[in-house]
Amino acid sequence: MKKSLQQRLAVLSDAAKYDASCASSGTVKRDSVTSGGLGSTEGAGICHAYAPDGRCISLLKILLTNFCIFDCAYCINRSSSNVERARFTPEEVVWLMLEFYRRNYIEGLFLSSGIIRSPDHTMGEMVRVARELRTTHGFRGYIHLKSIPDAAPELIEEAGLYADRLSLNIELPTDAGISRFAPEKRPSGIRRAMGDLRRKIEAADDPTLQTKKRKRFVPGGQSTQMIVGADGADDATILKTSARLYGSYGLKRVYYSAFSPIPDASRILPLIKPPLVREHRLYQADWLYRFYGFGVDEITASTGGMLDLDMDPKLAWALANRHAFPVDVNRAERETLLRVPGLGTKTVDAIVSSRRFRRLRLEDLARLGVSLRKVRAFIEADGWTPRRLADRADLKTLFARKPEQLSLL
Amino acid sequence: MYTIPLLGRGDFSEWRDAARMLATAGVSPREADWRVYGLEEELFEAVVPPPLPKADGIAPPLTVPPGFLPLAEAVVCHTEPGRYHLLYRLLWRLQSDRRLLELAADKDVAWARLLAKNVHRDSHKMTAFVRFKEIAGVAEGRRRFFAWFEPTHFIVARTAPFFRRRFADMDWIIATPMGTASWDGESLIFDVRPAENPGHGDPTDELWRTYYSSIFNPARLKLKAMQTEMPKKYWRNLPEADLIPEMIANAEANVRAMAERAASDPPLFHYRLQDAAHAEPQLVPVSPGTIAALREEARHCTRCPLHCTATQTVFGEGPQDARVMMVGEQPGDQEDLAGRPFVGPAGKVFDAVLKEADIARDGLYLTNAVKHFKYEPRGKRRIHQKPDRGDIEHCRWWLAKEVELVKPRLIVALGATAVFALSGEQKPLSQLRGKPITMERNIVLYPTIHPSYLLRLPDEAARKRQHALFVEDMQLIKHLGETLAAQQ
Repeated sequence: MKKSLQQRLAVLSDAAKYDASCASSGTVKRDSVTSGGLGSTEGAGICHAYAPDGRCISLLKILLTNFCIFDCAYCINRSSSNVERARFTPEEVVWLMLEFYRRNYIEGLFLSSGIIRSPDHTMGEMVRVARELRTTHGFRGYIHLKSIPDAAPELIEEAGLYADRLSLNIELPTDAGISRFAPEKRPSGIRRAMGDLRRKIEAADDPTLQTKKRKRFVPGGQSTQMIVGADGADDATILKTSARLYGSYGLKRVYYSAFSPIPDASRILPLIKPPLVREHRLYQADWLYRFYGFGVDEITASTGGMLDLDMDPKLAWALANRHAFPVDVNRAERETLLRVPGLGTKTVDAIVSSRRFRRLRLEDLARLGVSLRKVRAFIEADGWTPRRLADRADLKTLFARKPEQLSLL
Repeated sequence: MYTIPLLGRGDFSEWRDAARMLATAGVSPREADWRVYGLEEELFEAVVPPPLPKADGIAPPLTVPPGFLPLAEAVVCHTEPGRYHLLYRLLWRLQSDRRLLELAADKDVAWARLLAKNVHRDSHKMTAFVRFKEIAGVAEGRRRFFAWFEPTHFIVARTAPFFRRRFADMDWIIATPMGTASWDGESLIFDVRPAENPGHGDPTDELWRTYYSSIFNPARLKLKAMQTEMPKKYWRNLPEADLIPEMIANAEANVRAMAERAASDPPLFHYRLQDAAHAEPQLVPVSPGTIAALREEARHCTRCPLHCTATQTVFGEGPQDARVMMVGEQPGDQEDLAGRPFVGPAGKVFDAVLKEADIARDGLYLTNAVKHFKYEPRGKRRIHQKPDRGDIEHCRWWLAKEVELVKPRLIVALGATAVFALSGEQKPLSQLRGKPITMERNIVLYPTIHPSYLLRLPDEAARKRQHALFVEDMQLIKHLGETLAAQQ
């Protein structure tokens, strides 16, 4: 019997949930007042709901179909899995997405698909959905499409005209890992596709000679995802791969997804609890690399390739580099302030702006929203120097979480 | 003491008008008593503000730094009773201290910023958590929707334009205890009076609930993360929220059941797919012993670890019977993406030099000593790294094959790396440049600089000089190439 729309929605969203990406930000501003149609994007993304797994729900994240000719061990939709299969027609996806959008459940669509028949056929179906939404229905909201590595350049080109973001998952941090767990995927093909997309984005961003206009092509850039904990790669390897991807292909984001058990899991993978804390630490380290001027080696050097699970990587770095502290908040350069645990980019900017008028004291920092408990040992301010605190051998214990006593059952 | 009665429901102009009057009249913050009477009109009308003192002469117009207006507009929407007084104090202090707002650590500034932040957050949550229900339309061809929402602050009027920009093609009403906003395609109307919840439903909510519970991954429970972003106070009006307790309660059992179910045998179509995949020919057929075949082979090269970090092999290009072969160092950022040699910034310089020397690029065989890009990521860029001896030696195998197939009479080594790869010579380039070396099989090697050298020279005059020298080299090479060909 044919499954109802609701049943298929359940299957195809269940199949899509292992993709962590949910961003709906970073694209151009659009609205439907001047141009007609439906929808808007306003720079910042909006998370319309949160699930108890802590992930935000911003887009209708679904698969066009979860049939797939690939057999990637970590994937719920691999061909050797007995998971329930279903498919949507492009029209059904368009309808669902518009009805959801009108009720303000979502910011737009994140469409992916299992690979059926050929990469071109699969990509073509996804492009059709995006084209319908943009041209027939005048949809101005957010569209994120998954791109298929070996799809024809014309299809990627067309996808880029409609989509705010294209993404292509690298899935595992090493080539060896990809070959082992995703035998049909070629790491070099993934890199080449990312490189091609970067070239296309840059070419579109060059103003034309005649009109000086820039073409609109994937304004939200490209992103990727890496699964953490399925293979044996350590954090240093993962972060180095991210750094390479950021540098090589201008990625907007690398998402880390703690490997979590899937229904009908492959025998070659561990049945583990997803390493959620590790995933969190990787995001923190990723931020330190991108916004705080830390090198990957610096973050992972003191801990032998794995990030400390008990404390954030910035604090771990500070404790391993005590000679760099205390930092004087009234004098230190912005770059140095960014290395103080407990000071974020916004706070650092507020400090730099405020101290031009008068010298700052601890109370001033507290008003800027700084947690004094966190920063006290690492800074000097007017009327404050950490002296003995900074030299304490057991400084680390001040930041450790309180031990919890087990209770009797 | 001057008592200023206010409605206090997020209207900025009522505060601004009063504040402007008081400040112009020289009433200090201590003398102003800002009172919120809300919608109780009788009380509101009972308070008659006393006459203001006459300002001496003509008061200068009241001005504020640009950051103040957006800040104040947000702060008046807060429910904090002291907000009007705070704003007036700030306005007063700003008159003598124009840069006060930049002092983020100031008590008043910090408080105002905090209130504004709360308002922005509430406003943002409204854009996120309003849920429209479809109701019967009134205008032909326009659908109509209704939403009930409960904000914390008086933010409906300031947030309503967002919904207009987004839902321009449908009629909508957002009713809240803080007032009602509505849009009919022509005008956006705000009614300040509190509304009541009529309790509309919508059948599409069922599909949304299905989506919400299916997109949830029971193997990861992060309740704190959920609740900080979606506080319980909003749950009442979210059609999906009543599913949450059960989703949490069943999560562990679901995961356990998933783990206990042993992996089953693959479905039949899996075997068919696998057979089909293995039957397909893997390689593009090319005639062996040609550059095309060599290139295809090099595409899959894994002789050194560089292949894992680079995008692709950048193999040589040009006619197989080229008389002159030019060898560079290694591909750069652009070459790595394009898969072709000499297309980046250095390639552009090189093209210009070739043109000046009247050499046709497509008559040359161009390649690199190392075929993969070696680099160090630095933020959003890649910093070129010089290939070391090991990299060059790994790749020499390919270079030797290229020389063997192309059989050039003259090879131009661009830069020290190319010289070393071709001849093993390690002397500084300055000693070798422009002195042809005869190699085995009577091939002449001509060492010169790499075009990227010209890009690295900071001094304009030096760059011009070196550019001219490089062009001279190329002219010499052209001549040499023709002479050698004539000898054959």
